[in-house]
Amino acid sequence: MTPGSGSGPMKDCEYSQISTHSSSSPMESPHKKKKPAPKRKWEVFPGRNKFFCNGRIMMARQTGVFYLTLVLILVTSGLFFAFDCPYLSENITPAIPAIGGILFFFVMGTLLRTSFSDPGVLPRATPDEAADLERQIGNTEDIANGSSSGGYRPPPRTKEVIINGQTVKLKYCFTCKIFRPPRASHCSLCDNCVERFDHHCPWVGNCVGKRNYRFFYMFILSLSFLTVFIFAFVITHVILRSQQTGFLNALKDSPASVLEAVVCFFSVWSIVGLSGFHTYLISSNQTTNEDIKGSWSNKRGKENYNPYSYGNIFTNCCAALCGPLSPSLIDRRGFIQPDTPQLAGPSNGITMYGATQSQSNMCDQDQCIQSTKFVLQAAATPLLQSEPSITSEELPLPGKTTISGPCATLTLGQPTPPSSMPNLTSDSGLTDMIPLKEEHEGHQFLTPEEAPSPPGMLPSGSPIIHSHTMHVLSLASQDSLHEDSVRGLVKLSSV
Amino acid sequence: MATEVHSLQELRRSASLATKVFVQRDYSDGTTCQFQTKFPPELESRIERQLFEETVKTLNSFYAEAEKIGGSSYLEGCLACATAYFIFLCMETHYEKVLKKISKYIQEQNEKIYAPRGLLLTDPLERGMRVIEISIYEDRCSSGSSSSGSSSSSSGGGGGGAGGR
Repeated sequence: MTPGSGSGPMKDCEYSQISTHSSSSPMESPHKKKKPAPKRKWEVFPGRNKFFCNGRIMMARQTGVFYLTLVLILVTSGLFFAFDCPYLSENITPAIPAIGGILFFFVMGTLLRTSFSDPGVLPRATPDEAADLERQIGNTEDIANGSSSGGYRPPPRTKEVIINGQTVKLKYCFTCKIFRPPRASHCSLCDNCVERFDHHCPWVGNCVGKRNYRFFYMFILSLSFLTVFIFAFVITHVILRSQQTGFLNALKDSPASVLEAVVCFFSVWSIVGLSGFHTYLISSNQTTNEDIKGSWSNKRGKENYNPYSYGNIFTNCCAALCGPLSPSLIDRRGFIQPDTPQLAGPSNGITMYGATQSQSNMCDQDQCIQSTKFVLQAAATPLLQSEPSITSEELPLPGKTTISGPCATLTLGQPTPPSSMPNLTSDSGLTDMIPLKEEHEGHQFLTPEEAPSPPGMLPSGSPIIHSHTMHVLSLASQDSLHEDSVRGLVKLSSV
Repeated sequence: MATEVHSLQELRRSASLATKVFVQRDYSDGTTCQFQTKFPPELESRIERQLFEETVKTLNSFYAEAEKIGGSSYLEGCLACATAYFIFLCMETHYEKVLKKISKYIQEQNEKIYAPRGLLLTDPLERGMRVIEISIYEDRCSSGSSSSGSSSSSSGGGGGGAGGR
């Protein structure tokens, strides 16, 4: 096959890969599209996030644990201020409720700030940018293979850059259609690439990344102070009372103190441990993600070092906590611009957030429809009947919210594209496979580097798919597991 | 007269978008925001190398200013921390001020240099700070519908060069 004929169909595939994505994006938006008023960008945000106050507040989709955190802090502090503080301020000093109050407000302020702000989400590539990247990938691929094989080849998934003398691999994100910048990672729960991704914290109901890490750190630091403070003064209160009236009577007189002491006793260890762990991370300018993967650990080789560190603990701390605060890159409250006039206009009614439609999109609509047909065909094959319950239950795929019928089967069909299907379909399936794969990678604590899977590999064998679904099953529990393992690490290192 | 014709809106209306060139980020100094100063070959016939490089360098210096870690940024950070970050509700950060300067600068450059040459810079902030997007326009009358396809496919080689490692 000649190189020319080989590259022809490949280009088509690339285009359709992008256009399938963009054409499915309006389906992903969980909100109604009927309002004539200009829509804001958060309303069509492609990630799995919740927005409140017209886009001012941004959180992850699952917020249950966040409310638990809130209730625990509010109830414990409330009981402390209501039942212990009057006695303590009378018998010791009124400074106690004052200091407690300041700590409490600081904790609440930083907690809400962490939970409600954008963690540093990278907007997805516009169709043009994605097409440009695809072309680059295609070209390097052509050069690498000498176009001998012909036909469509999956693009390589990594690109290497040298940062301060250290080679760093940038991985291609199939969901966001970008090469993830260094330190960025894709959060599988929020379905966003997050800059300087630390971890997804269910306790604060948000990812922790570049933009809210300092809030998060100040939150856990002040919370550990608050917990120790309350614990210490509750004990003092009980002791003072029991000196006057005896231990049992003291407990009877202030039953709230017992509850507070219990809550504080159980939470103080993990909170203090966690803040210690993050102090270590900040002083060495690492993220939890990098630390768990051991990206810069000496075990990987003697020349392995952290290229982001400023080389001294003090500067690292200052840079992380007092450095300039970068702006939010997703203009959540901005209005969606109608397509610029030189284009064919919003003929298909698609409005990508902050995107202008490329003309390649327009002319490949037919192909897009074609590929959708393939997916539908695939969904009808009996091979896929085995695991719909898992996917529909555990995967809150965007399609679930608004669409019914064919599109629902589309989402079900995607995780297992049969190998007999044309490449086109496999591609569109791939986009949604990736979050699972990343989940898989991100939580392998023991293996130092993620498995060097072949670029753009399609999971054709059933065992691989099985392992993915297992991961999906444990998706919900993984973050608590994640936190636990962090704590375990901290405890281990402190012993 | 010529400059009036090439004002931004006019450009958008009178010319058709031929292709887009993306200048990628340069990560050699870490995650601070800076862009590659390499000249994309697609712009060869459109703009002088010097002018383009100067624009990118100026942008890089703006970003460096925004992300500079020093006394004033520490002061701002500590002040914000002392107020439990509530101060940001009513105060603009230094970074945001610089970003406004940048968008002004880009607009200015577009009007003065790029639009008359049929080019248009997009503020990197609108593209997630990943790329500087340069749209290349062609006059409607001179270019048929076929030209857009050919130029976009030819930009593949150049794009590879621009985004090189």
